Amino acid sequence: MNWFDIGEINDIPLRGARCLKTRQGKIAVFRTHEDRIYAIEDHCPHKGGPLSQGIVHGAAVTCPLHNWVISLETGKALGPDDGAVRTIPVRVEEGRILVGLGELLAAAE
Amino acid sequence: MTEKLVIVGNGMAPGRMLEHLLEAAPNRFQITIFNAEPRVNYDRIMLSPVLSGEKQYEEIVIHGDGWYIKHGITLYKGHKVVAIDRDAKTITSNQGVTETYDKLVIATGSVPFVIPVPGKDLPGVLSYRDLDDVSAMLVAAQSRETAVVIGGGLLGLEAAAGLAERGMDVTVLHVMPTLMERQLDPAAGYLLQQAVEERGIKVRTKANTKAILGNGKVEGVELETGEIIPATLVVMAVGIRPNVVLATEAGLEVKRGIVTDNRMVTSDPDILSVGECTEIDGRVYGLVAPLYEMAKVAAAQLAGTEAKRFVHADTPTKLKVTGIDLYSIGDFADGEDREEIILRDASAGIYKRVILQDNKIIGTVLFGETADGPWFNELKKKAVDISGIRDTLIFGQAFQGGVSTDPLAAIAALADDAEVCGCNGVCKSTITSVIAEKGLTSLEDVRAHTKASASCGTCTGLVEKIMTLTLGDGYNPAVVQPMCGCTDLGHDDVRRLIKAKSLKTIPQVMQELEWKTSCGCAKCRPALNYYLVADWPAEYADDYQSRFINERVHANIQKDGTYSVVPRMWGGVTSAGELRAIADVVDKFAIPAVKVTGGQRIDMLGVRKEDLPAVWADLGKAGFVSGHAYAKGLRTVKTCVGTDWCRFGTQDSTGLGVRIEKFMWGSWTPAKVKMAVSGCPRNCAEATCKDVGVICVDSGYEIHFAGAAGLDIKGTEVLGQVRTEEEALEVIVALTQMYREQGRYLERIYKWARRIGRDEIQRQIIDDPQKRKAYFDRFVFSQKFAQVDPWSQRVSGKDKHEFSPIAPISFNEAAE
Ligand code: SRM
Ligand SMILES: Cc1cc2nc3c(=O)[nH]c(=O)nc-3n(C[C@H](O)[C@H](O)[C@H](O)COP(=O)(O)OP(=O)(O)OC[C@H]3O[C@@H](n4cnc5c(N)ncnc54)[C@H](O)[C@@H]3O)c2cc1C
Ligand code: SF4
Ligand code: FES
Repeated sequence: MNWFDIGEINDIPLRGARCLKTRQGKIAVFRTHEDRIYAIEDHCPHKGGPLSQGIVHGAAVTCPLHNWVISLETGKALGPDDGAVRTIPVRVEEGRILVGLGELLAAAE
Repeated sequence: MTEKLVIVGNGMAPGRMLEHLLEAAPNRFQITIFNAEPRVNYDRIMLSPVLSGEKQYEEIVIHGDGWYIKHGITLYKGHKVVAIDRDAKTITSNQGVTETYDKLVIATGSVPFVIPVPGKDLPGVLSYRDLDDVSAMLVAAQSRETAVVIGGGLLGLEAAAGLAERGMDVTVLHVMPTLMERQLDPAAGYLLQQAVEERGIKVRTKANTKAILGNGKVEGVELETGEIIPATLVVMAVGIRPNVVLATEAGLEVKRGIVTDNRMVTSDPDILSVGECTEIDGRVYGLVAPLYEMAKVAAAQLAGTEAKRFVHADTPTKLKVTGIDLYSIGDFADGEDREEIILRDASAGIYKRVILQDNKIIGTVLFGETADGPWFNELKKKAVDISGIRDTLIFGQAFQGGVSTDPLAAIAALADDAEVCGCNGVCKSTITSVIAEKGLTSLEDVRAHTKASASCGTCTGLVEKIMTLTLGDGYNPAVVQPMCGCTDLGHDDVRRLIKAKSLKTIPQVMQELEWKTSCGCAKCRPALNYYLVADWPAEYADDYQSRFINERVHANIQKDGTYSVVPRMWGGVTSAGELRAIADVVDKFAIPAVKVTGGQRIDMLGVRKEDLPAVWADLGKAGFVSGHAYAKGLRTVKTCVGTDWCRFGTQDSTGLGVRIEKFMWGSWTPAKVKMAVSGCPRNCAEATCKDVGVICVDSGYEIHFAGAAGLDIKGTEVLGQVRTEEEALEVIVALTQMYREQGRYLERIYKWARRIGRDEIQRQIIDDPQKRKAYFDRFVFSQKFAQVDPWSQRVSGKDKHEFSPIAPISFNEAAE
């Protein structure tokens, strides 16, 4: 796996998200209320809604299209809905966000 | 070793059976289900709300995919079982999968009956049974053309109401002289016909279909009389037949349905049958209540836990068409040995009839007012001798033992084993005891634990009353409906406390009001953000992360993740210059679709998010500002041409509309606000179905409010009449401000008005000039901070991060 520096933590608004374009599709990178950073595929398991555009609360995001709630920790839909998106490894070092992409790229090939 | 249980069909009956089985004997079987429909188990009863648009398919799913995974059940979707080999104990699907079983459950339901007339196979002829039928009807309904529904029974009428709701011109053909003749006597059938016709649905009784006409697709229906009724869609809802093909071919005993004993076992001891395909004691069923009973019995049989037996009981019939209340149970035919008691109230459209034999109720038909249905049913079930209460019987339960005005008294008097939820067979004591044992306080919880009111929902009111009775002050649905799972407080309390405690940020509200989550959820955060914006216009810093995406980026998200852009077109008036600027933007950014909206302006659809600021920059140069087509705020003010051009115009409706829009744009409101101004009572701007509408008349301006034309349709009410434009503006602004201060988030004006009462609103806005002025002034003050064009703000760099991906990294290289 390769770690890529994608910017600093303050590039993402608190309780917000930004998206990251890769050749294999978009990744949504979230910053929660507790300043935790998560990354998941930017593609809702329901009908592909862009999760990066949703409202972030706790460690979850509500999809902007039909309000599914997706856990940022596990990528799984919470509540009565079923489905999951892939989670992408991230770590924060000295305020910089690093995303681990080898696995994704490898998986997509 | 675990035994293998195979189920054919994944409808409502086996779904319920599995719930009981998994509870009684979770590990006893390895379970495999084959379902011809390519989907999970959903609430078939609720197809009508999906058809009419009240619900989405997602909301009626009973067991989602995860449920099967969790219980280790294999579900073959879209696999129709085509053969059972009883000797080898295997079944085979049409996709070639063969599975062995120790126990087999057949639950193939019913098939809609299709009358064998010429043309029955034409495209556009549908039956009404599953989601695919509904999807096909919805596609057909988009044409808004004519539909014929053959069959005036429960299904046919629900289909007709749904299609009419979707804007089709619907005719119901019914072969008998009155509608629903199997459940209703002629008098009630007649009232039903009237109620259906009031909804704009045409009803033809004694109408015998001779042929369905069309060349390549449906074009009409020909009656025996030779008359032809044009139609682009024909729905056949004339009845159902138990689906017994598979069982017959397997050599099981089959009469009308698959014959079982009262433990649901067929003529083969290893094969059970549940649901509409089953015949027991000479009867087959078509409503879920008895099927759920079968499910219970079959589960007990499979689990080997307790010996349950199926016992026949009549199920009441109700129609799920909003506003039509009917209830029917038991036998209502006339007869020598029968007596009847009837109550009619023609002006109120009420008809009640109770049929007696030997002083006991054997049947009940209620129309227009059905609250006493369960009570009559109770007396019938228990075969109570009613001689003592005969004089007042028909007036219902509240009249027994002295007139009671307390609606709860009737519920209190209900016996413990009285059935409350017919669909799920839940009685009163089950609800009261679960509330006590588990300490439940919300309707959702009671639903989840007991299933009461979880199917067709018509008993919701009753369940709520039982909750009120059991919990006393602990349950008051009107007051204690919490905003969301993050708090126990309702919207009104939160609004009150924000003011009372001077709470000025979201974290402060959450802290002081003891929110149960760290930072709220997608329901409460936008609501709190609005309350704070509305209450502290000068001080509160809008929290964009608590706004829905549309309000965060000032455009409407589309299903593919692109956005639409709707600039303001004041009062619907535009110019060559504006149109040219729009045309240039569309060309420059290759915007795929341009559409005239229902709100008298132009929508550019399919704009890429990254392009939004540049699109706005160009529009801004031509003088456009955001149309707030995405906002819980002022949307459009529609106008007609008025005195400027129209020969009937009484005032300058266009001018007034533009003036209102320019005065009020940018304000945030609890839900969207749409207005219109018509120049005369011909009302070409459709002002009488808006949140606020003005009808100009010779002597001034008639101000209307509380209309709706979306999910609900409601004509406006008149707030008052004024003489000048200035007064009209003041009244409208004051009304809006009152709503801004009191409305619950997402509550449209008509709902707020229903809650507050028109009298109270008139008292404050029309009768009390000081109050009106104070509201007006507060609105004007808040506009100082609100009337900033969000587009030009973003063009000049605000929230830049929203419109671009995070810092670029060359992933192409990285991949190498
Ligand atoms: C564009 C437009 C349809 C059109 O092409 O004509 C439209 C499009 C949408 N309407 Fe509408 N409505 C449009 C006029 C209407 C009208 C007619 C009118 O305003 O005269 C109504 C019925 C009147 C009413 O509101 O009572 C209408 C009742 C709704 C409703 C039901 C609201 C309700 O409370 O019953 C929704 C759903 C909602 O708001 O929750 C809705 C929601 C929507 C949304 C925002 C759906 C969504 O959440 O994404 C659509 C956005 C599409 C887009 O990106 O542009 N739209 N919508 C119309 C825009 C008017 C405008 O210029 O701003
Ligand atoms: C529009 C509508 C409204 C209704 N409203 C009400 C109401 O208000 N109240 C009420 O009580 N009832 C109502 N009903 C009736 C109720 O929905 C049915 O009684 C109930 O769904 C029957 O359940 P079931 O399990 O027997 O069969 P179904 O739910 O019909 O399920 C049978 C399933 O078996 C599958 N199947 C059939 N053959 C095979 C095979 N060979 N292999 C694999 N799978 C097979 C079918 O595809 C189907 O999915 C309504 C029905 C409809 C259609
Ligand atoms: S534009 Fe309005 S009516 Fe049309 S699909 Fe969207 S929400 Fe429904
Ligand atoms: S696409 Fe996400 S909820 Fe529908």
